[in-house]
Amino acid sequence: MFIESAADFDVRDYLRKEMMPHFLCPGCGHGIALRALLWAIHELGLDKDKLAVVSGIGCAGRLSAYIDANTFHVTHGRPLAYATGLALARPDLHVVVITGDGDCLAIGGNHLIHACRRNLKLTCLMLNNEIYGMTGGQVSPTTSETRLTTTTPLGNQEPHFDACALATAAGASFVGREVTHHVPKLKELIKAGLDHPGFAFVEILSDCTEIFGRKNDMGNSTEMIMNQKSAIRPSAYRDTVDTPFRPNDLSTGILARNDRPEYGAAYRRAAAARAGAS
Amino acid sequence: MNAVDTALTGKNAVKLISGNHACALGAIAAGCRFFAGYPITPSSEIAERLARHLPEVDGVFVQMEDEIASMAAVIGASMGGVKAMTATSGPGFSLKQENIGYAAGAEIPCVIVNVMRGGPSTGMPTRPSQADLMQARWGSHGDYPIIALTPASVGEIYSETIRAFDLAEQCRSPVVLLYDQVIAQLSETVVLNNAANSSRTERKWASGPRAVYKPYDSGSDAIPAMAKPGDGYRTHTTGLTHSESGFPTQNPEAVTRNLSRLFSKLERHRDLIDSSEMLHCDDADVVIVAIGISARAARRAVELCRAQGLRVGLFRPITFWPFPEKQLCQAAAKACAVLVPEMNTGQLRLVVERVLGGTPVEGIHLFSGEAITPADIAARAAALARGT
Repeated sequence: MFIESAADFDVRDYLRKEMMPHFLCPGCGHGIALRALLWAIHELGLDKDKLAVVSGIGCAGRLSAYIDANTFHVTHGRPLAYATGLALARPDLHVVVITGDGDCLAIGGNHLIHACRRNLKLTCLMLNNEIYGMTGGQVSPTTSETRLTTTTPLGNQEPHFDACALATAAGASFVGREVTHHVPKLKELIKAGLDHPGFAFVEILSDCTEIFGRKNDMGNSTEMIMNQKSAIRPSAYRDTVDTPFRPNDLSTGILARNDRPEYGAAYRRAAAARAGAS
Repeated sequence: MNAVDTALTGKNAVKLISGNHACALGAIAAGCRFFAGYPITPSSEIAERLARHLPEVDGVFVQMEDEIASMAAVIGASMGGVKAMTATSGPGFSLKQENIGYAAGAEIPCVIVNVMRGGPSTGMPTRPSQADLMQARWGSHGDYPIIALTPASVGEIYSETIRAFDLAEQCRSPVVLLYDQVIAQLSETVVLNNAANSSRTERKWASGPRAVYKPYDSGSDAIPAMAKPGDGYRTHTTGLTHSESGFPTQNPEAVTRNLSRLFSKLERHRDLIDSSEMLHCDDADVVIVAIGISARAARRAVELCRAQGLRVGLFRPITFWPFPEKQLCQAAAKACAVLVPEMNTGQLRLVVERVLGGTPVEGIHLFSGEAITPADIAARAAALARGT
């Protein structure tokens, strides 16, 4: 079914061809994530003129420039805050945020938790490659313990964030995670996020071969992606298999979902009710 | 009928309101339909008023998680085509600088109110100051132009808030409204003359075919037409240095061309932007230069000096940045001395010294959290006029 639906999808319909070639390193997973997003947009039939993509700083932040839509490349860590203003002022637009692990969880951490709590309709894709790639490979809030980076020459001693657990605890009404190995599943997850009426947080495990993998002897891009794949345990298996066929336990798929009231609609309803009462 | 109804129906109404209240009503009259803020003394009344009134006019108010986010949300709303404002005081103004730089560089219209309180750091939250004049001009990193207005009464806060939105739209620039805590929380009667003051000024919107539209094309007036999301232009906006196409570039010629246009943009529209007041400057031996509540005190000091037969005048910048250099030179053309009373250690004096060159400039600098009195200014101005 996934293959059939791919037949009428041409990624070039959604890219700014004048921006090619892109600047991502060979082996980087971000291009796969971008393709999955554009595929999801295609399948949902979203109008490019009504699509706004807001991105922050870093490798993930640069992706917005490649998308043929209304795109905004803003300041470091702030794309959710910019997107909040845009989506509140223009509820007719479909607003997507593309951010990275450093952008979203370190400098932008405060905006993330409050966006989760507020539940304004936004789709936030966090591309997690465990590293500040653009600036040369510094430790990030999701860098695994003991990993070597340019700022952890002794190996990382800080525990890493579980972004999905954080988003869930902060009240996000849709939380999901996927690896770039599973492109059709990733596309389906992003589609579900785009379709969700409230705030949707989607973590995409991406690989940084050049800046992170190389330093940690993690192999080439294929090996890194296969290792990510073997580290996961899809949430769909959780209730069906006592002893899974693989021992790892990083949950993927839709991890949390509820139908809390969407903030923008709730605000407009309250305003209308007040106007009617006076 | 509440104050907002009056402000929107075009009928004159005389109201006794505070400066912050006047700012909120001015914003609504100017067409502001989005406010994002964060609580901070002594500006919170602006947010509180707009939280109540914006939904009445189909606008949106949101209290964000911090000052940085509120500035970002304002820019986001304006990128969506809605007139937007935030309000804060010194510590919040510091935090907003990051995104004010983005608004300046990407040329997104927005209004930032800074009710000045004592500093540095947390300073004196409930006490007035005029110490953010330089921060308003140079607060964010890199070179960029910006507009800052310094009203001196509650009525002028109302009219200058409207003008701030007009200038933001016309020049595609962030505009800072700077006033001290005294006039923010002072109550005065104001004529809410909406018929005369209300604004339908909007930025120049992109029109014509997408194929030939360039988001940062200089056009005839150095102010590019902006594409509204949803209108089919599908443009890219970035804080990176960009070419006319809006996409990032490090091409030296393209960088120079775009930044040169940015810097020339306000200079080319000084007729629109400049605003100042001269009082008895024609024959003045001593010209006082002051803004905000200090200018109110200076006005009385001029009267006191004139009553003694002393030729003392007042020059008051209403647009503070870009500074009205020509007008100051004209005002002080015959002056033997210039006196600058201000609630800081010499920020306005520094500008006046630069502009006037050889003319002796003296300051009265009060940073105790108190306002400067007319008597203090009159005594010093009289001494200067007598040459003592």
